[in-house]
Amino acid sequence: MAGAVDGLFWFLAALSAALSVLIFGLLIAFAIRYRRRAPGERAGVARIPLGLELAWTFIPLGIVLAIFGWGAELFIRQLTPPPGAMTVYALGRQWMWEVQHLGGRREINELHVPTGRPVRLIMTSEDVIHSFFVPAFRVKRDVLPGRYTTLWFDAVRAGEYHLFCAEYCGTKHSAMIGRIVALPPEAFGTWLARDEGDAGQPLATAGERLFGALSCTTCHGRDDTRGPSLNGLFGRAVRLRDGSVTTADEGYLRESILQPAAKVSAGFRDEMPPYQGRLSELQVLQLIAYIQTLGAAAPP
Amino acid sequence: MTDADADAETDTGTATTAATVTTDAAGAKSYLNAGFGVTSWLLTRDHKRIGILFLVTLTLFFFVGGLFAVLMRIELLTPPGEIFQSETYNKLFTMHGVIMIFFFLIPSIPTVLGNFLIPIMIGARDLAFPRLNLLSWYVFVAGGLFTLAAVVAGGVDTGWTFYTPYSSVYANSRVVLAGVGVFISGFSSILTGLNFLTTIHTMRAPGLTWFRLPLFVWSIYATSIIMVLGTPVITITLVLLLLERTLQIGFFNPSLGGDPVLFQHLFWFYSHPAVYIMILPGMGVISELIAAFTRKRVVGYPFIAFSSIAIAVLGFLVWGHHMFVAGQSVYAGMVFSLLSFLVAVPSGIKVFNWTATLYKGSVSFQTPMLYAFGFIGLFTIGGLTGLFLAAMGLDIHVHDTYFVVAHFHYIMVGGMVMAFLGGIHFWWPKITGKLYPEGWGRLSALIIFVGFNLTFFPQFILGYLGMPRRYHAYPEELQILNVLSTAGASILGVGYVIPLIYLFWSMRYGRTAGANPWAAQGLEWQVPSPPPVDNFETRPTVTDEAYAYPMRGDPAVQEGMRKTTEMPP
Amino acid sequence: MNRDAHAHQFDTAEQQDAAARLGMWTFLLTEVLLFGGILTGYAIYRAEHGDAFTAGSARLDFWLGFINTAILIASSLTMALGVHAAEHRRHRLLMFFLAATMLLGAAFLGIKAIEYAHKIHERLLPGPLFAPAAPGARRLELFFSFYFALTGMHALHMLIGIAILAVLLVMVARRPDAPSIHRRIEVTGLYWHFVDIVWIFLFPLLYLLGPAGPAR
Repeated sequence: MAGAVDGLFWFLAALSAALSVLIFGLLIAFAIRYRRRAPGERAGVARIPLGLELAWTFIPLGIVLAIFGWGAELFIRQLTPPPGAMTVYALGRQWMWEVQHLGGRREINELHVPTGRPVRLIMTSEDVIHSFFVPAFRVKRDVLPGRYTTLWFDAVRAGEYHLFCAEYCGTKHSAMIGRIVALPPEAFGTWLARDEGDAGQPLATAGERLFGALSCTTCHGRDDTRGPSLNGLFGRAVRLRDGSVTTADEGYLRESILQPAAKVSAGFRDEMPPYQGRLSELQVLQLIAYIQTLGAAAPP
Repeated sequence: MTDADADAETDTGTATTAATVTTDAAGAKSYLNAGFGVTSWLLTRDHKRIGILFLVTLTLFFFVGGLFAVLMRIELLTPPGEIFQSETYNKLFTMHGVIMIFFFLIPSIPTVLGNFLIPIMIGARDLAFPRLNLLSWYVFVAGGLFTLAAVVAGGVDTGWTFYTPYSSVYANSRVVLAGVGVFISGFSSILTGLNFLTTIHTMRAPGLTWFRLPLFVWSIYATSIIMVLGTPVITITLVLLLLERTLQIGFFNPSLGGDPVLFQHLFWFYSHPAVYIMILPGMGVISELIAAFTRKRVVGYPFIAFSSIAIAVLGFLVWGHHMFVAGQSVYAGMVFSLLSFLVAVPSGIKVFNWTATLYKGSVSFQTPMLYAFGFIGLFTIGGLTGLFLAAMGLDIHVHDTYFVVAHFHYIMVGGMVMAFLGGIHFWWPKITGKLYPEGWGRLSALIIFVGFNLTFFPQFILGYLGMPRRYHAYPEELQILNVLSTAGASILGVGYVIPLIYLFWSMRYGRTAGANPWAAQGLEWQVPSPPPVDNFETRPTVTDEAYAYPMRGDPAVQEGMRKTTEMPP
Repeated sequence: MNRDAHAHQFDTAEQQDAAARLGMWTFLLTEVLLFGGILTGYAIYRAEHGDAFTAGSARLDFWLGFINTAILIASSLTMALGVHAAEHRRHRLLMFFLAATMLLGAAFLGIKAIEYAHKIHERLLPGPLFAPAAPGARRLELFFSFYFALTGMHALHMLIGIAILAVLLVMVARRPDAPSIHRRIEVTGLYWHFVDIVWIFLFPLLYLLGPAGPAR
């Protein structure tokens, strides 16, 4: 993907250089050729044909429209992670990055990834707006409080790459940096499995425990008598009370836990208590990870 | 060096039939000596004096903002950034931005050159609302005082963009003071724009149809439209921000149901058109300079006039290009990207037409023209790099990096400030009745051009390599480029100080200027230097097109040329 | 009295009148953008938090708002009659209508003050004191933030309008022959009508959101 971005960059650089040389060249050439040779000298009549005016209006118009298309197509590809992407969570807070692998490993200001496999980051902020920026991969996405944002990349080569926060977030904004460590798949597997003391439980396991501790099962049991069943919910289309349809992705789950009144499912009342302020972002991630494991064929 | 006055002896052509031309030197009654003393200046209603009041205030703000920039560049000499604490550096770049944008760039050409020249260029005695004009200056000063108070009381560190929730909930600096200062300055902008719009509509001299207006007037008109329509939105946005900060209300606070991205939409709805407020007057000045120093009518007059209006209109529709990575919808992003590309086209039209004007012109190279050349070159580069940013897929990489910083400095400093200096030098004889020293003028123009490129070109590379903006510490491998940039900044600083000195000097010791030292066309060159209080002894009647320079060849050709470039009725 | 007297920068009184009118219309355009900005924010949140906003709207006093609307419309009538009187140089009548408009405006502000007092008493003032008695829908505070900001800005504009009317009243009393009277009354009238129209937008947007109108 980075290569494609660079392709557009260098094309534009070449185009800009060519146009600049053209304008500079004409300016210099005209300035020399038509410099005033005597005081009181008059300018000569020069009729610029209308065709020329139109040409330098519509040819640039065509060129910029083409660039628009190129940039837009790139953008769509950058937004759409390929299937089979590995999901990792990232939390931004003043002034550090906390990365949470699904299997439980936690990292601070570092992200280990395998090479050759697309990685999809789901991110949120615990305070102000930050931005996750990896120049080497040509990716960047703002990290917002109250919402999930996503980005994806595929580390082609092993190595270490700069990670910067790219949205001004206060005093230590310049220090909110880290590194992406891309390891070949086996090395990554080894790293993932290593228990260095900071490996927590898999998110889903912690989530299951939390689910029980918070008595979510009281309403979200096996069927739909009190609250909508969560079996097979993740990724499915959900019909809401006002008739609209939405997809139960991570963002929907987070919102439905913290502020359930925002989207009430069809056929239910607005009865679920909001958990805003009662759960940390990490706990929400754990619950989401657990809900993702609830398949349609969950045992009774 | 070319003696400009010698050129004035030749045929200048007359564009008016009823204006009385007097060329007597200092000692004659002019707006400068019609009353002395502080009150005659502080309570003036004369648009020319008000323009000078603004010039003094703006120069002060420019150098304060410039000082902050120098401090920033010194900090950036070393990768770990050891001279200032993080917090101090954050305040430096915030206040550099706030002061330069709201208290220099946005007002500059309109309130100085616009105020001084618009009534004269349209053959009027003053603006429509002279007292409102003076009020505009007082309001501006009040806003400036609040902002300077914020600086003195500890500074503000949110970035000039005041993004929430950092600015409304988390920042520990003087956000309210600075916000109030900017809020107040907005009213100054609105009053100025309102004054210009009304004046241009209702007070043009007899015979001065829209398409006989100088292109500078067109550009100020377009700028005034933006000032009037856009500024109220930042006004109300700042009110909401300050309410949120002081009363903990949740307009933009996610935990209360607010949306921080809504702030960005409201903020950029004004702040993007604001950059066109900054550049359009500069383009107007360049049109005047090109005409005067090639001695011919600017090519494609109607195209340039309409492109100003097009930029003003389209400029309101592109604000989302600041938010491609901020979490707005993909479809919105596409619309903004497309429109951003469209708004590039009218700017290109201007550059091509200016270049074409040199063809078969009679080109001279006095200081204002050097600034005009600098503008065209640097604005072209700055504008082309805008294409990089409008392309969504590429913006993801360079957004919030030094690439953006370089882009807007090329346009604002390489473009706008050069246009401002070019205009100041061009109209200096008219404003003060004195000539500046031409040699020093050309030297500083060159120093500024060199210093500017050395400062800001490396920043394009820094941005592509990934250096984020608003960072005072950066990876080691980026140091050389940063050092080059700082070296350039020191040269640029020298380049700005020199004109300050010699312009001041010329007010007392400069050679006396005649009414038309450049032998240029335009109503302002038909009145004495400096002009009398009411500008004209009798109201002129206009019968010629703008820039009616006498051309080589016979009058029939001249007539024919007018007919082909005249707009259909 | 010299009907042709005009400020020195203009050529004729007609030109000055035209400039004054264009200036006021341009200013009102900026006001449209000002209120438009905050109304845009309001509309976006209304779409997102419909329930909370409807609940908030139901807690506003419909009848006070309705009376205020009637008062403002009446004040626009008296203002228009004042402009008419100025045009026909009936200065006593003009002063009467100016005073009437001011009184109606003051009545509006008085009722607004009563409404605000009620809301503060019910602990609906956004900020640290916000704590509604009955827990309404969430996001109620956001609704009331907009309510106070919008009506507060409107009230500020009304206050400025009343002050201008007072100045004009004094001016007409002292110099009934001043040539600038008609022009000044006319542009003030434009301003007053605009402030009235803003309220006509605010009233339904704030007070009439829910299905239940007067009956609560």
